[in-house]
Amino acid sequence: MPQTIIEKIWNQHVVDQQDGAPAILAIDLHLVHEVTSPQAFTGLRARGLTVRRPDRTVATADHSIPTTPRNLPIADEMAAAQVKQLEANCAEFGVPLHGWESPNQGIVHVIGPELGLTQPGATIVCGDSHTATHGAFGALAFGIGTSEVEMVLATQCLLQRKPKTYLVRVDGTLRPGVSAKDIILALIARIGVGGGTGHVFEYAGSAIRALSMEERMTICNMSIEGGARAGLVAPDETTFAYLKGRPHAPQGADWDAAVARWRTLASDEGATYDKEIVIDANTLEPMVTYGTNPGMGLPISGTIPNPADESDPAAARALSRALEYMDLRAGDSIIGRPVNTVFIGSCTNGRISDLRLAANVLKGQTVAKGVRVMVVPGSADVKRQAEREGLDAIFRNAGADWREAGCSMCIAMNGDQLAPGEYAISTSNRNFEGRQGKGGRTFLASPLTAAATALTGVIADPRTLPGLAR
Amino acid sequence: MAAPKVGTFTTGLVPLPAENVDTDQIVPARYLKVIDKAGLADALFHDWRFEADGTKKNPPFVIDEPRYAGHGILVAGDNFGTGSSREHAPWALGAFGIKAILSTSFADIFKSNALKNGILPIVLPAPLHATLMQIAKEDLAATVTIDLAAATMTTPDGATHTFPIDRFSQKMLLEGLDELDYIRTQSDKITAHESSHPGTINTLQPNAPR
Ligand code: SF4
Repeated sequence: MPQTIIEKIWNQHVVDQQDGAPAILAIDLHLVHEVTSPQAFTGLRARGLTVRRPDRTVATADHSIPTTPRNLPIADEMAAAQVKQLEANCAEFGVPLHGWESPNQGIVHVIGPELGLTQPGATIVCGDSHTATHGAFGALAFGIGTSEVEMVLATQCLLQRKPKTYLVRVDGTLRPGVSAKDIILALIARIGVGGGTGHVFEYAGSAIRALSMEERMTICNMSIEGGARAGLVAPDETTFAYLKGRPHAPQGADWDAAVARWRTLASDEGATYDKEIVIDANTLEPMVTYGTNPGMGLPISGTIPNPADESDPAAARALSRALEYMDLRAGDSIIGRPVNTVFIGSCTNGRISDLRLAANVLKGQTVAKGVRVMVVPGSADVKRQAEREGLDAIFRNAGADWREAGCSMCIAMNGDQLAPGEYAISTSNRNFEGRQGKGGRTFLASPLTAAATALTGVIADPRTLPGLAR
Repeated sequence: MAAPKVGTFTTGLVPLPAENVDTDQIVPARYLKVIDKAGLADALFHDWRFEADGTKKNPPFVIDEPRYAGHGILVAGDNFGTGSSREHAPWALGAFGIKAILSTSFADIFKSNALKNGILPIVLPAPLHATLMQIAKEDLAATVTIDLAAATMTTPDGATHTFPIDRFSQKMLLEGLDELDYIRTQSDKITAHESSHPGTINTLQPNAPR
């Protein structure tokens, strides 16, 4: 029977399947960070267990660390204690750590691909819902809770039920000014934040094939915002070209054998899915969210919807509440809404290609008066590369703040945050109430839209930028 | 760490008629800097419950209303627990005394995390859910009895409804069994799978210089 890539990876990793019980699924790569792991290591210690496969486990510090210069100590005592605990746990259990001063430090979902650890056909987990990012390589990658982190540390396995499959086909060609972020925001606006619950997305179609690996990561990253625990793209020449020569990628004859194996992963002709949706890339516009969940998004030329037009009373209530929190008026256009802060970064859009796009817009320009623009590279490696290319100077000269790598204002655990009532346009993935600081208000958008907004201080359509090159 | 054990319990309802309640609301990120599981009851729904100066809101958020004190079942809107994978969410709900959540659907990771902590995420058909939401708002003395062994819920009108729960989770919770212990009983099979699937990932040893 023809199989999807999701079923192929699943079948290759089932260790045991008892009647009525979930499968025991083997895990190839376990990514660990400081926030969701301490209680798991404590659990191991209490049970007298060790880490079964330190060679399949890797840790970094990203969520709670400051993005101020690394020679300063971590001022927040609790964050400092958490990072120290991670270091102690990794040392005790033999887990390799790219700690907060390491040249390989970065957001966990940025460094996995960078180091060549994220590989096609693998099962990848992390105590973090944006683990879906790694699906860009044709891996089955999903977020887990801390109890599950403990299970994977101890056994390199998880109990899982086979997910349902959801084909997201994106055909056509993106128009200038429209990017990968807009594809995923458009999908979520269409299916809602619960639309993919219980499913794994497979992104396919000519528009997906045309994307770079970094753009595919942006899309897979936000699968969770569409309710799916994972999302993936079948590996192809783009994938292999990205991986080749990376530190942990196979080399020589091993590389050739691996590529031959990876080529067999693509979904078979005639494979069927539990759900399907088709999106026409030709008709997409830059997208912006206006509400308090990532499904509340609209094309940038649109106007803020009216709760009175909602037929479902629950949806009308949710919309009213969101508009009240955001202090926005139904019927107003989203273009022209003022912002206080522009945040460019995160595991969605903190990679080098994202920074290049933003720098291209800001080059030789100055950011709008009174607007704080923060550019936070996704990893130390991204930061070095950007500095080699002179992007840091472009950002600084434009009046933006160039910082050290980390999650930063995506989650606002490290002191980088909005003040109550402030508005941000952000290239991250969540616009929940208070996500970027208590009382803060978030518009999600692409790096191009965020950079265009930085120049004017109000939400701006990147398609109006002179000399826009995609 | 003992696995949670759940049997039969009777308790009151608390209405939370919001859709897509995300885990950032259940426990705001700044409370994730803890390195243990204790003390999260105050973090629960923190920014909906407390003013900036740390005092309780007036009027209080629903879970702090005296008339709902001690009620252990949250009746919440659709897609409860969307967002981040933080297990701090069920830890905080449990610390506050929530034993079950009734909704029309749950986000996948939250559901899995809740079950591991002995909190039942119960999916109800929309009409029954709407009825119970109404009762939660209006009838403070109403109680619901949940019998996990029978997978039934007895509503204030005396009617008994079955609810879906997978047999495996049900057995684990009834007997207080631990998933990690269960996986470890299969360690021979894990070892066999590892040797037949060597893979190409090695985090300890890079193959190429950087
Ligand atoms: S950048 Fe944001 S979404 Fe990504 S791992 Fe960090 S906190 Fe999570």
